Amino acid sequence: MSDLLAARSQMGISLAFHIVFAVVGIAMPLMMVLAERRWQVTGHDIYLDLAKRWAKGTATLFAVGAVSGTVLSFELGLLWPRFMEFAGAIIGMPFSLEGFAFFTEAIFLGIYLYGWDRISPRAHLWAGVGVAVSGAASGIFVVIANAWMNAPAGFELVDGRAVNVDPIAAMGNAAAVSQTIHMTLAAYAATGFAVAGIHAVLLLRDPANAFHRRALQIALMVGAPAAVLQPLSGDLAARHIAVHQPVKLAAAEAVFSTEASAPLTLGGWPDVDAHVTRFAVQIPYALSLLAFHDPHAVVKGLDAVPRDDWPNVPAVHLSFQVMVALGTYLALVSLWVGWLAWRRRDLAHHRWLMRAIAFATPMGFIAVEAGWMVTELGRQPWVIYGVLRTSDAVTPMPGLVVPFLTFTLLYCFLGVIVVWLLYRQILRSPTMPEWRGFYMRSGSGT
Amino acid sequence: MTLADVLAGVIFLALNAYALLGGADFGGGAWDLLATGPRKERQRELIAEAIGPVWEANHVWLILALVLLFTCFPPAFARLGTLLHIPLSLVLIGIVLRGSAFTFWRYGGGGHGDQEQRHWGVVFAVASLITPLLLGTTVGAIASGALADRAAGTGDAFYATYVAPWLNPFALSVGAFALVAFAFLAAVYLTMEGEERELREDFRRRALASGVALFGVALSALLLSPTAVRRALVFASWAVPLHLLTGAAAVTALAALWYRRWRLARAAAAAQVSLILWGWALGQRPYILPPDLTVAAAAGPPATLRLALAALVLGAVVLLPSLYYLFRVFKAGNRVSLE
Ligand code: HDD
Ligand code: HEM
Ligand code: HEM
Repeated sequence: MSDLLAARSQMGISLAFHIVFAVVGIAMPLMMVLAERRWQVTGHDIYLDLAKRWAKGTATLFAVGAVSGTVLSFELGLLWPRFMEFAGAIIGMPFSLEGFAFFTEAIFLGIYLYGWDRISPRAHLWAGVGVAVSGAASGIFVVIANAWMNAPAGFELVDGRAVNVDPIAAMGNAAAVSQTIHMTLAAYAATGFAVAGIHAVLLLRDPANAFHRRALQIALMVGAPAAVLQPLSGDLAARHIAVHQPVKLAAAEAVFSTEASAPLTLGGWPDVDAHVTRFAVQIPYALSLLAFHDPHAVVKGLDAVPRDDWPNVPAVHLSFQVMVALGTYLALVSLWVGWLAWRRRDLAHHRWLMRAIAFATPMGFIAVEAGWMVTELGRQPWVIYGVLRTSDAVTPMPGLVVPFLTFTLLYCFLGVIVVWLLYRQILRSPTMPEWRGFYMRSGSGT
Repeated sequence: MTLADVLAGVIFLALNAYALLGGADFGGGAWDLLATGPRKERQRELIAEAIGPVWEANHVWLILALVLLFTCFPPAFARLGTLLHIPLSLVLIGIVLRGSAFTFWRYGGGGHGDQEQRHWGVVFAVASLITPLLLGTTVGAIASGALADRAAGTGDAFYATYVAPWLNPFALSVGAFALVAFAFLAAVYLTMEGEERELREDFRRRALASGVALFGVALSALLLSPTAVRRALVFASWAVPLHLLTGAAAVTALAALWYRRWRLARAAAAAQVSLILWGWALGQRPYILPPDLTVAAAAGPPATLRLALAALVLGAVVLLPSLYYLFRVFKAGNRVSLE
């Protein structure tokens, strides 16, 4: 394994690990706040129990998110010193703002998790709002930094050096809007459906369980709208890369040659040497229509750039297909949920719906990972698109395979433990009898 | 004083805050490992309760220093990441294990005293011991001026470039100093956390012992330091007043502990550790990475520095009241006053 490959793999593993916790850290606080607010409005203790249990699970995930994020901040220098030397002054700004967002998030999280008995209910709810807002803000800031790598702006390149640096213009780069919207929605969709899915599994066994019914409701309130909007914001992202990163779009859609009225390629396996995609279904005009909203538009193919500048086409294409397929499924299920809710049907007793939601449990997270593979692998061989090559950014230190393997092992170990701890906690979720008393008192069936 | 100096100062302030707050959280972990006597379990409980609500916030000071460093002084960040790759990676492993083990232990489900949960307590404690040691070692490598710009290589040059700067007696002695200083801070703070008199006395004894040990490690670090560093620390114009002040703070801290003046002890201990840190900073001025990278040379373009400063001011407006609130909610329990 070359040092460059080891560095790329270590960065990829670290980010793929961190993003899971980051996504949870963005969306879970919102769900906890919704549950707590319901408790304060209705006075039903079941919502308080829900908020507390969610908070307990989230506390573990938060800590892992914080430490894995710390690793990333260092890794930018440990693995990509040339990148940071070039980019630090230009794009450090969103990272610094992110630093402040982390700070407020960590502060209010401490208050939220440990302050149940120490501050007034009102103050406690506001602490939760603080966590939810700063969590979303930190995600937005860091994605702005990533968007700049895809669409660099805010400097001029003179003899390989950046001059006339304008950090504000860098933050306003062309990819920032589409990426931040798409990522933030992804966080709510992925977490919402993961939580809904877990409670749906438990409801399949015990559809009358008041605790899980309420949990499902809140999780879907967060997840379903986001999942419906996600294909729309994905369309925005696709139209952005069609203009600004045509090679990425060509790889994602497996378009080998530039053509007008390009068809959309579904599935299939790109044969990079033969320049064809085998076993695929093609929909005429659809790609031109989707990317440029014009059935006859010209879509650039991979042939627009030298072969050496191609990303890994099969990996990018496959990831893209996975994301879009899962996104379509989640959106359809969400519409179904919306339809049933509008007709005031009892969701928890609808077994097919519960199965469909249970099936969706991991989907949002898989889509997030796949989407990032499109973004990051699709940018190769550039770390800053068109400006700095990944191979010129990597540290000169040899033997990078050692830290790569070490951190991979560490993350595997942590991953297994987190899953096991969450599993144990879910097993301990309340059963019907625990809440029977409440049920009688409130007399409500939902 | 240029804008770059101001920002370097702010970064150093963030590091100082990290040492006083995050450092003490590490120190707490060390005392968890060293818990002894009939009140062993209660000591551990107290440490965990003191750390629980604040450690994530305390930890962010390090992140803040880091992001400001790469925003304002990118070449310094790049060189640190390159030459200190190995110890910094080890620090990271320590940070990951410390943080996650702590939550697995405290939040991981099972009731307290659960045997499996206690394993996490041990991981937490050991990581808390090793991480400050390595962190201090990297500081020693920086202070000793071993991080000159040099071409990378393999073989013999690998050792000289990537290992020798930090694996040497001076850097390691700074590591030991960091560990003892953090343990000292933690013990002093913990005297104010407990409700019980015996627990407080336990930590008072520990604070006194580590306070005395701190003199020893500080002295050995000074003796092991490269001549240039020692000269700056002893003969510079600011050196004598600074040393006098530090000495006064140290004696005050110990005396206050002796007479059970807890608040005074806490203030003096914090002042002592901060003064030592600022001694390091002053000692290597005007270099951000001695012997050849100055603050001015490493600084990014003025547009970036100005914006970073603006962001800091803006951030502080949100941050400081929130921090104040956090500590008031959890630490105002200066339960000492109940007595
Ligand atoms: C729940 C997760 C999720 C779902 C359902 C979707 N995506 Fe996505 N997608 C992401 C999660 C995601 C992501 C992980 O959040 C990415 C990676 C970078 C980014 O900004 O968002 C992403 C990136 C990404 C990109 C690359 C952007 C870039 O590199 O600048 C495109 C073109 C799309 N998406 C398009 C779509 C389309 C057409 C979808 C239709 C169903 C879709 N996504 C569903
Ligand atoms: C939003 C913040 C992000 C930033 C600033 C960022 C930055 C970087 C940098 C600097 C590299 C190394 C250079 C390169 O290979 O191009 C990289 C590579 C990579 N990142 Fe990201 N990244 C971000 C998000 C993510 C996420 C969330 C994931 C995964 C889920 C991810 C997956 C990867 C992968 C797989 C690579 C290796 C790509 C390759 O070299 O082939 N990234 N990223
Ligand atoms: C798309 C990519 C990313 C998103 C959405 C994201 C978002 C978040 C969020 C919401 C948190 C809060 C803590 C938590 O939820 O557990 C977090 C933690 C953190 N992230 Fe990321 N992050 C991403 C990538 C990165 C990258 C590339 C870096 C490094 C440069 C980074 C650095 C950090 C740090 C240092 C923390 C810890 C803060 C603390 O102590 O609380 N993140 N991230």
